[in-house]
Formats: sequence, structure tokens, C-alpha cells
Amino acid sequence: MATMTMIEAIRDALDLALTEDSRVTLFGEDVGYFGGVFRCTAGLQQKHGVARCFDTPISELGIVGAAIGMAAFGRRPVVEIQFADYMYPAYDQIVSEAARMRYRTAGEFTCPLVVRMPTGGGIFGGQTHSQSTEALFTHVTGLKTVVPSTPYDAKGLLLAAIDDPDPVIFLEPKRLYNGPFDGHHDRPVTPWRGHPLAEVPKGRYHLPLGQAAIRRAGTQLTVLAYGTMVHVALAAVAETGIDAEVIDLRTLLPLDLETITTSVRRTGRCVIVHEATLTSGFGAELAAQVQAECFWHLEAPVERVAGWDTPYPHTAEWDYFPGPARVAAACRRVMET
Amino acid sequence: MATRKTPETAAVDGANVSKDDLLKYYREMLLIRRFEEKAGQLYGMGLIGGFCHLYIGQEAVVVGLEAAAKEGDKRVTSYRDHGHMLACGMDPKGVMAELTGREGGYSRGKGGSMHMFSKEKHFYGGHGIVGAQVPIGAGLAFSDKYKGNDNVTFAYFGDGAANQGQVYETYNMAELWSLPVVFVIENNQYAMGTSVKRSTKSTTLFGRGVAFGIPGEQVDGMDVLAVKAAGEKAVAHCRAGNGPYILEMMTYRYRGHSMSDPAKYRTREEVQKIREERDAIEHVRELLISGGHATEDDLKAIDKEIKATVSDAAEFSKESPEPALSELWTDIYA
Ligand SMILES: Cc1ncc(C[n+]2csc(CCOP(=O)(O)OP(=O)(O)O)c2C)c(N)n1
Ligand SMILES: [Mg+2]
Repeated sequence: MATMTMIEAIRDALDLALTEDSRVTLFGEDVGYFGGVFRCTAGLQQKHGVARCFDTPISELGIVGAAIGMAAFGRRPVVEIQFADYMYPAYDQIVSEAARMRYRTAGEFTCPLVVRMPTGGGIFGGQTHSQSTEALFTHVTGLKTVVPSTPYDAKGLLLAAIDDPDPVIFLEPKRLYNGPFDGHHDRPVTPWRGHPLAEVPKGRYHLPLGQAAIRRAGTQLTVLAYGTMVHVALAAVAETGIDAEVIDLRTLLPLDLETITTSVRRTGRCVIVHEATLTSGFGAELAAQVQAECFWHLEAPVERVAGWDTPYPHTAEWDYFPGPARVAAACRRVMET
Repeated sequence: MATRKTPETAAVDGANVSKDDLLKYYREMLLIRRFEEKAGQLYGMGLIGGFCHLYIGQEAVVVGLEAAAKEGDKRVTSYRDHGHMLACGMDPKGVMAELTGREGGYSRGKGGSMHMFSKEKHFYGGHGIVGAQVPIGAGLAFSDKYKGNDNVTFAYFGDGAANQGQVYETYNMAELWSLPVVFVIENNQYAMGTSVKRSTKSTTLFGRGVAFGIPGEQVDGMDVLAVKAAGEKAVAHCRAGNGPYILEMMTYRYRGHSMSDPAKYRTREEVQKIREERDAIEHVRELLISGGHATEDDLKAIDKEIKATVSDAAEFSKESPEPALSELWTDIYA
């Protein structure tokens, strides 16, 4: 089977969606003629025409607002916000309109919309090109939030998201676009080529939203992660020698609580890892759910490893980024309790 | 747009410039260009990382407008900000050291290319989010209005940014409250890979001010004298309490949007033609030489001096230490 990068897998999903569903429409800044700054839509305008894949002015609010109107009236818009950090002008439309459409109209109108955005750091982007904004979406009832960590997942989840009857925020960890980055920034870059989870079947397949994946089975400790941090967590666990179970959430909302609690009840220990800043991050929600569901099984307090509560700096990125050393230290601490 | 000054008309007529002025503009524009070339080199060597947007080609805009400004005037711009900082007198060393992420940088390495500031020079950034600086510019001008002085604020933004909604909220408020702000649209024809023609049908961008009652005009942004003359007119309008003014500077960036730009959206010939026919620095050089205001040797001496300034900045940016790790946690709250 062909291996693909995450960029190619996303492009493949978009291509299929355009081919098979005439309602699907792609737009965003530089997505048409130029093919996207990360090349996720390269060639799609040429293949499917300008009416199906086109450029917009730099108007995030307008992009998302127009997509909501389209979605409510029969189309399946898939829009790109060039970096998650540029989403704020559109946040009003996402929260006040997209997320509330179904409820407010008593189900008469819906909003089958996908908003794709590259997320996260590790590319020397500084404060306006590195943010992990997932908690701003998971806090909003009515949205679904997806964060893939492999090319295989990216394609299956994106196709499911496009087919979903509700608005889905699809966060693409940009540091994973070209390889399974494990946080060891000083080592040679690993490409996706040859990676088992980069094998992407031809044609349509869906991964259901709300289903986590166990990336490493283990008995002593449960590590919860998503996006780039899945790979960081796997590297960290390998370095500690702890027999940890690493769970890739894949979808934050709906959350696969079943897989999480089954694991934590068995291991009795839990470390939660994300790149976003700590305070009010999605890890806080996970920690609350884990303690509520698994309290009598816990042998140690739940630990969180996250970005520092500071803006993302230009310099010292690798001191900021919660790399394998920080994750490994947390795993060891939890084992010692 | 007025026609370009020729050697015969420059330094004598309405542009109101002397030989010394011309030499000053030449020097300032050349500093920006050489600084940017050096930044590009350091980037290539891996000494600068992340996002870095060069100003090469657009030098006449900031130099001409600074020539129309007075002490106390403010400026705020986008991420393509190195030229603005040098033109308003910020230290090339501090700018370069911010690019390399060092302690000696204007934001002590935490801001990078897109986020630098100087209270002393009334430079309010350096903003990475397209359009975000425009309302801030109106607020700066509002502050001056409260103070009752006659300062103005230059709020710079690109042709692409001109399509952000917040620009129009700002236009409306600025005119409503008669704020002394000059909106400077640096129309370099492209927003990343998207040309103006592909992002709007109203391509005469200054004309959008009409809807809000804001006067404005298009200016040859590759002609520093035309820029200065237009700047003086705009500034006079603002200082007299007549509210905002829009200057649409027709300019061009020679380099890619940022350091990673496949440059597939325009031809090499297009860039080459503008470099050859409209280059702002060559224009002033020609005025100086053929007007008999300077000799080749005079200009060579200036080149040399600027080269030295830029090398010093580069040296400083390599030698300045990395900021202490504790620096990550400073300046978050008071
Ligand atoms: C809100 C927001 N959207 C998108 C971007 C990405 N982006 C950075 S620069 C740019 C093009 C801006 O073009 P223009 O305003 O013409 O300025 P220029 O780069 O030509 O100086 C884009 C789309 C951003 N930084 N912020
Ligand atoms: Mg532009």
C-alpha cells in the first residue's frame, strides 16, 4: 500500500470528497490557485474547477460566516483557516452561529461545516503561528473537535468530518504534516515514508468521530495524548522503560471516555499530555473526567504535562515545547507515588 | 498619481527637497535594503529562524513618510516591519538581534521578526495578525487627541489586509471621531500568492474611504519625493483636526512573501521589469548624480558606511547572548 504524508492524505480525502459529493466546496486564503501554504489543496482547483475550490480575500470572519450560510442551505463547505492562530476574527461566527444553529432552530437548520486549520508549534513560528487552540473549541457546545496524529487517521477522520451533520473543527498538527515528529528536534527529521500508520488505502473509508486508538498497550500507566504529543509520548515512554499504555484521543469532542476509563482503571495511573498551555487546557477536562470515573482505582494523582502558561516565544522554542524529557519525568513521578 | 521627478525638476520645485534631503533619503533607503539583504543571508545560514518578511523594493514608502513626520508622531505596522523600524531611527543592532532571538533584541528575543516595539521612537509594532494593527493605530491617534497635541499616527497595512473587516470598522470610527491617523496602504500588488485583482473588484483601494467620508489618494510609492509630498499633505490634513486620510502607496516587493515562497504566482520578468524601471534607490541615485548633487565617489562612501553599519548589526546579533530561560516568564503580567 502507498504511504503518504499527512498533507497527501488530507489532499486525497479532499479530492475524494470533491469527486463523490457535488455539494462539497473548498475555499480559504491561497487554497485555490496556489494550493494552500502547506500544499494540502495543491492541484484541486485545476482538477475540480474554480467553482469547487477557490481563493478568498484575507477575511477569516467572512470565510467562516459564508460557509455557515452555505452549510445551512445544502452545501458541504470545507474551509481552511491558514493557521489556527488566524481563527480569532472568525471565532464569533464559529461560536455564535455555527455551533448554535441546530439548537436555535430546533433542528430545522443544521451546519454541516468543516473548518480545517493547522495547529501547534515546533516550526519556529513564535506567538502568532504556533498556538494550539483546541480548548477554545471544546468549550463550545455544538462543535466537534478532531486532531489526527497520522496520515491514515487524517484521511479517515476528515472524510467522516465532511460527512458529519454538525460543524467539525479539524485541527491539523502542522509539525506532523511531513513526518511523525517525536519532540527530538535535534535528531534528523523522520519522514512518514515507511511508517505503518502512513499507509493510506485508496478510496473512501471513515474513522468514526469519538473513537480513540491505543497506540501502545501497557499495564503500569495510562498516557493520554493527541496530535503531535502522541509521538512525543511514545518516545518518552520508550525512554523510561515503563510499561505504559498510550492512548491517542483522535477526537476531543465527542470524547471516547470508555477507552480512557477502561485503561486507567486497569493501570491506576494517568498522565495527560498536550502542547497547549496548561491552565484551562483540555487536560483539565480530561483530569476531571478521569478522577470522577476512576477515583477508586487511582494509585497516584493525575499529572498534566503541557505548554507553559506563557505566550509561545520566538526564542527558546525547545525549552517551551513539552518534549519527551518533560513527559518522561512526569511518567516517572507518577510511578513513584 | 503625479509623474516622477526628473533630475531637472527634483530638488527645486514643489517636492521641497534640498541636496541634503536627497542624500538623506538615499542613505536611509540603502540602509533598509542592505539590512534586509543581510537578514536574508543570516536566514540562509540558519542564524535567523521562523517567519521573516523582507521589505526590499518598498523602501521609498517608509523613508518618504518619515520625511513628512515630526517628533511625537507614531507608527504601527504589520509583520513586514524591519524597514519601518530602521526608518524611524531604531537601532539596526537591536532589530537584527531580535531576528536572531537574542537578549539584545528589541523584545529580548521573545518577539522575533514580526513583533518589535520602541517607546522611544514611537514605534508600536510589528503585528503578526493581518489587519490587527489598524484599529490600534486609531487608538494611538485617539490618545493624542485626548492629549490635545497635533501628533499624527501612521497606520500601515497591506493590500491583502485591506480586505479584513476590522479595517472598515476602524475607518468608520476614525472619521466619526476625527482621529489624526494616516492610513497607509502599502499596495505591493500581492498578498502572499494572491494578486489584488484576484482578491477584490474594487482595486483602487484608497477609494474605499469614500464610503466613510475619508479623503485619500494613490501615490507612486517607488518615488520617495512623491511619497514625501503626499505624506505632507495627509499629515497637514490630520494636524489641522480634519480627521483621517488614506494614502495608497503603489509599490512592489522584490523578494518572496516570506523566506519560503515558491514564487509561482508571478513571473521573473515582472519582477525584473520593475527593478529596472522603477527602483526607488536607483531613482534617487540618478537624481543625485545627474543633478550634480553628488559624485559616484560620494555615493560609494555612503555605501561603505552603510555596509559597516549593517555588518556591525550582524556581528552584534550573533554575539548577543541567548536570553536567560527565566525570560520566558517575564512580562506576562505586571
Ligand atoms: C488574520 C490573518 N490571516 C492570515 C494571515 C496569513 N498571512 C500573513 S501575511 C498574508 C498576506 C498579507 O498581504 P498584504 O496585506 O498585502 O501584506 P504584504 O505581505 O504584501 O506586505 C497572509 C495571508 C495572518 N497573518 N493573519
Ligand atoms: Mg501586499
